[in-house]
Amino acid sequence: MAIRFILLVNKQGQTRLAQYYEYLTLEERRALEGEIVRKCLARTEQQCSFVEHRNYKIVYRRYASLFFLVGVDNDEVCPSVLLNELAILEFIHLVVETMDRHFRNVCELDIMFHLETAHFMLEEMVMNGCIVETSKTNILTPIQLMDKAS
Amino acid sequence: MAGGSSSSSSSSSTGPSLVDSLFQRSLDDLIKSLRSQPVGAEPALLSRALAEIRREIRSPDPDTKAVALQKLTYLSSIHGLDASWAAFHALELLPSPSPLHKRLAYLAASLSFHPSTTDVLPLATHQLRKDLSPSSPPNFSSLALHLLSLSASPDLARHLAPDILPLLSPRASSTTTNTKNNNNNSSPLRPKAAVATLHALSLCPDVVPLLVKPLVDCLSSPDPRVVSAAVGAFAELVSATDPSPYLPLAPEFYRLLTDSRNNWVLIKLLKIFARLAPLEPRLAARLVDPLCDLIRRSSAQSLVLECVRTLFSGFPDHDRALRLAVDKVKEFLTNDDDPNLRYLGLRALTILGPRNSWGVVESRDSVIQSLADPDPNIRHEALRLIMGMVFDTNVVEISVMLVNYAMKSDPVFANEMLDAVLTTCGRNVYELIVDFDWYVSLLGEMARNPHCAKGEEIERQLVDIGLRVRDARPELVRVARDLLIDPALLGNPFLWRILSAAAWVSGEYVEFSTNWLELVEALLQPRTSLLPPLVRAVYIQAVFKVLAFCFSSYIDQLEASQVSSLGHSTTVGGSTIECNAASANCLSDDITGTESADGFATADKPASLLSLLEKKDPFFTRESLKRILYLIETAVGPLSENDDVEVQERARNVLGLIHMLQEIPAWKTEEEGFKKDKDNGVGKIMNLMQAMFSEEIGPVSVNAQKRVPVPEGLVLEENLSDLAMILTEGDIAPSMSISFTLRSHQHMETKDEAAPSVQSTYLLAEHRKRHGLYYLPAEKDETELNDFPRAYDPLLPVSHSDATEDLVKLTEQSLIPRKVKHTKPRPIVLKMDEGDGVLPSALTTVKESKDDMLSGAIHEVLLGNEGKPSSSQKGSSNKSSGRRMKGVSDNSESVPQSKENLDLGDRENRSSSSRRSQHRSHGKGRHRSSQNNEEKEEKSHRNSTRSGHHHERHEHRQRGETPLNAVPQAPAIQDLLL
Repeated sequence: MAIRFILLVNKQGQTRLAQYYEYLTLEERRALEGEIVRKCLARTEQQCSFVEHRNYKIVYRRYASLFFLVGVDNDEVCPSVLLNELAILEFIHLVVETMDRHFRNVCELDIMFHLETAHFMLEEMVMNGCIVETSKTNILTPIQLMDKAS
Repeated sequence: MAGGSSSSSSSSSTGPSLVDSLFQRSLDDLIKSLRSQPVGAEPALLSRALAEIRREIRSPDPDTKAVALQKLTYLSSIHGLDASWAAFHALELLPSPSPLHKRLAYLAASLSFHPSTTDVLPLATHQLRKDLSPSSPPNFSSLALHLLSLSASPDLARHLAPDILPLLSPRASSTTTNTKNNNNNSSPLRPKAAVATLHALSLCPDVVPLLVKPLVDCLSSPDPRVVSAAVGAFAELVSATDPSPYLPLAPEFYRLLTDSRNNWVLIKLLKIFARLAPLEPRLAARLVDPLCDLIRRSSAQSLVLECVRTLFSGFPDHDRALRLAVDKVKEFLTNDDDPNLRYLGLRALTILGPRNSWGVVESRDSVIQSLADPDPNIRHEALRLIMGMVFDTNVVEISVMLVNYAMKSDPVFANEMLDAVLTTCGRNVYELIVDFDWYVSLLGEMARNPHCAKGEEIERQLVDIGLRVRDARPELVRVARDLLIDPALLGNPFLWRILSAAAWVSGEYVEFSTNWLELVEALLQPRTSLLPPLVRAVYIQAVFKVLAFCFSSYIDQLEASQVSSLGHSTTVGGSTIECNAASANCLSDDITGTESADGFATADKPASLLSLLEKKDPFFTRESLKRILYLIETAVGPLSENDDVEVQERARNVLGLIHMLQEIPAWKTEEEGFKKDKDNGVGKIMNLMQAMFSEEIGPVSVNAQKRVPVPEGLVLEENLSDLAMILTEGDIAPSMSISFTLRSHQHMETKDEAAPSVQSTYLLAEHRKRHGLYYLPAEKDETELNDFPRAYDPLLPVSHSDATEDLVKLTEQSLIPRKVKHTKPRPIVLKMDEGDGVLPSALTTVKESKDDMLSGAIHEVLLGNEGKPSSSQKGSSNKSSGRRMKGVSDNSESVPQSKENLDLGDRENRSSSSRRSQHRSHGKGRHRSSQNNEEKEEKSHRNSTRSGHHHERHEHRQRGETPLNAVPQAPAIQDLLL
C-alpha cells in the first residue's frame, strides 16, 4: 500500500529523478521506466491520472514539461487497502509546491542540477514509502540548515 | 560550461594525468557536458565519465572522493549506470565529519544499497549506530534512519532496533529539544523513527516486543506529526498482515478518528478501520455515523472517496450509509470535468460487489455511458464493473449489448469487450449460459466484428461447445455455414482460426447441414487459397467428411426406397428421402426416432438426421452427387501438388476416395444397375467411410487416465513418481485445448445390453456413476430437437447513430438481475468432473496463509503483555514464537527485501517442518482440482494449519461479546462500543 517509486520524467521521456522504495535491478528499473513513460506520455489532458501497469498503479500529473509519476501497489484482491489515489495527487502537488518554494519557480534544470536537494526533499516527505511530513516549512528547514552548513 | 567541455576534451586526448585529479570536473560540469553533447555521443561520454570517476573515487582526498561519488550517484540514478561497485567508497565517506560529505554518502548508499547486492552492508552497522545515538545531530540521525528504512537487512534491523528505540520514545524528543509543550519543536525524528520501526518490524519480527509498545505510545503523542507517522505505520501493518491483533487498538484509533482534523491521518485511519470492521461487527455500527458525517461535511474529495470505499468494503449491511455513499459515487460518475472522479467512482462501485449490486444498478446509466468515455482506462473500469455484475439472468442482455457496442468501438476496446464476454460466458464450462443456440450465434456475430482479434478463443469455444453440448449442434452448423460461405471473411487473418473451427464443425456434424452442395462449394471456393495451410487442411478434411456422408446417405436412401417400394407403395426414386443409415432391417414406416429402442448405438445420429431430412426437398440425386464429385475433383486436384504436406496429404486422401469410387463400373451405369450392384462396391466403401467418421468425439477429462484401473501385475516404475509434481502442475486443463479423442459410445452401450460378467458390471456401474452426466437419454435428445425454439431472434436492432444513447436504451434492464422463465431446460453440457477447466481461486487463501510471524508477535505484544492471555492464545503465541525462531535462522541467510522476505521466511520454515509432503499437496491443490480423497486431505490439512489462527480470531469475538470475560483488553473495546 505504500509508495513504491517516485519518478520525474520530462516530456521527451528522459528520467529526471527516480526514487525507488523497493528493490529493483537496474535493468528492471530501466524497463519499467520505459514502459510507464510510454504509457503515460501518450495520454491526454482529458484522460484520468491513473494508469495500471503490471502490478502497479501509477498516479501521475503533468506540470509544464515535467511529469510527476508515483507508483503504488495495485491490489486487486483487497481494493480498500490501496493508497488513496486522490491523496497521492495531493501529495504530488505538495512535492511541486515544496520544490517551487525552495527553487523559486522550479523548472526541469533546477532539479537536474540540484538532484541531491530534490532527493532530500523527498526524504523528508517520504520514508520507506510512507508519507511522514506534509508541511512545507518542516520539509525545507533541515535542507536550508544543511545548505547553510556546507 | 566552457571549462567543463575543455577539461573533458583534454582528458580524452591526453588520458589520465595529474591534471585530472587537480582539476576535477564537478557534477555541474558533467551535467553541462552531457547536455551539450550531440545525440548518440552519450554512451561514449558516459563511459569516459565513469572511467574518470573510478579513478577519482580512489583518491585519499575526501573532497575528490565525495565529488566522484556525487557524480556516480547522479549517473546511476539518471542514466542507469551501475553504482554497486562503489558501495565501499560510500561506506568510507559515511563517518565523515563534514555534513556535506555525510549527506552525499548517505544519499549514495540509500540509492544503491540493498541487502541482496551489497555485501559490505554489515560494515555500516557501527556508523549507523553512532549516527542514531541521541548525542549526534538530528540531521545525521535522520539520514541514518532513512538509510535504515530503505536498505536494511534483517540482521541490521535486529542489531539497530535498540538504537531506534530512544528516538521513538518521547523522552528522546524532550531531551534533545526540551520543549515538550511546544509541538512544533518536538523532535523531527520521532515520526521518522516510527516509519523506520515499521520497516524493522516487517524485516525482523523478533524486534516486535521491543518496538511495538513505543509505537503504540506514539498514537497518543501530542505532536500531530508523530501521530500521523504512527497511524501510517499501523495502517501499513494492518493492511500487510492479519488485522486481528490490532483490534485492541480500535478505541485509540476511534478517538483519533473523531479528534483529528488532518485529512492524511483520517484517510489512514479509515484504511485501518476498513480492515478491522469485518472482524468486529459492532465496530461498524459505531463507525457508521462518523463516516456519514465525513461524507457530508468534508470538502476534501480524497477523504470522501476513502469514506465511500470504507463503507463499501467493510459495511455491507448498513443500507442507509451505503445509500449515501452510492449517491456520492453517482455524483462522481456524472462529473464531466474530472475524469479522475469518474474513474475512481467506477472503481469504488467495483468494491461493492455482487452482494450490493443495487448500487450499480442505480447508477447504470452513468456506468454504461462510461463505456464511451474518451479515456480508455475509464472504459476499461466500466467494462470490468459491468462484467462483475453478470448473472445467468442478465448475461444475454449484457453480452448482446457489449457485442453490439463492440461493432462501433475502437479496435482495442472492442476486443477488450469481446474478450470480457468470451471469458465470462465461457467461465466454468459455460455455467452462465442457458440458451446455447443464442450463444453460438453470438459467437458467430463476434466473428463478424471487423476488429475481432479473438479468433483463437472463439475457435476454441465453437469446437468445445460442439463437443460438449449436443443440443447446440444444429445451430452451430448453421452459424458455421454462414461464416464459411462469406468470401469476405477469408481475407482477414484474425478470422482464420474461427473459419477453421467452422470448417471442422460443419464437417464433423455434417448431418445437421441443410445444403451439402452449398457447403462443399463454400469449403472449396477459390478464395480459400488465402488460408494458411493448416486451416486449408481442415477445410479439405471437412470436404472429405461431407463427401463420405453424402454418398452413404445416398446409398441408404436408395436402399430405403427399395425396401419401402417392396413393403409399402411409396414413391420410388429420389423423391422421398427415407433412409436409415446403419441398420436397414430396423426400418419401419414410422421412422422418426422409434428404432432406437434396440439400435440406439448405431442409429443415434442418423435418426436425428432423419427428421431433418424429411422436411427437406430431395437432394441426393445422382446429379447432385456428380456435381459434388466434379467440384471436389477440380478444386482439390491441384492441391495434390501443394507444397504443404498437410494440405497435400488431405487432398490426396480425398482424390483417392474419388478415384476409387469412379473405378467401380457400377457408378457409370444407370441408377437401377447401381442399386443392384451396391453390395460389391460403392456401398461397401461408403459405409466403411461413414463408419469411420460416425464415432462421436467428446471432451476428455483431465483425470481420464487416472480412472483407468491399473491391471493386476503391472508395476508402475517407482522412480517415475517424482515426475508427478512436474506433470500435475503443468497439465492443468488439457481438455480445454482441442485435442480430440474417440469416446466409443456404442461400445459402452452394447456392453450394457450384453449383460457381461459380474465384475465388469460392477466396473461399468462405477463408470456410469462417475460419468452420469453424459449418458444422455436418447429419446429426449431426439424429440426435443424438433421443437427447439429459435433462440436467436434478431435481438434489439441497433441504429448506429448515437452510440451512448443507444447503449442506455439497450440496457434498460440489463444490469438488473431478474428471474427469467426459461421455456426449455438448459441443455446438458458435458463436464468430465468438477475440475474440468476450473481453477479454484487460491487468492483468498493466500492472504490467510500469510498470517505470519509478524502478526503473531504483535498479537502477543498487544494482548499478551497486558494480562494473562487465555490458554488458546498462549498456545498460539507459543507456536508463533516457535516459528519465529526458525524464521530468524532463515532470515540470516536470505536477504531479499521486506515483504518478500517475510513471505519467504515463512514458507521456508514451513517446508522445513515435518509435514513437508502435505504442504506440497496443499500447494498443488491451488492449481488443479485433484481427486476427492486428495482434496479431503488437503482440506483437512488447510484446516489444521489455519485452525490456530481462526481460533484466535474466534476468541476475540467471543471476548468482545461476552462482558463477563475478564481479559484485560476487552473493557477497552467495550467502552468504545457501548
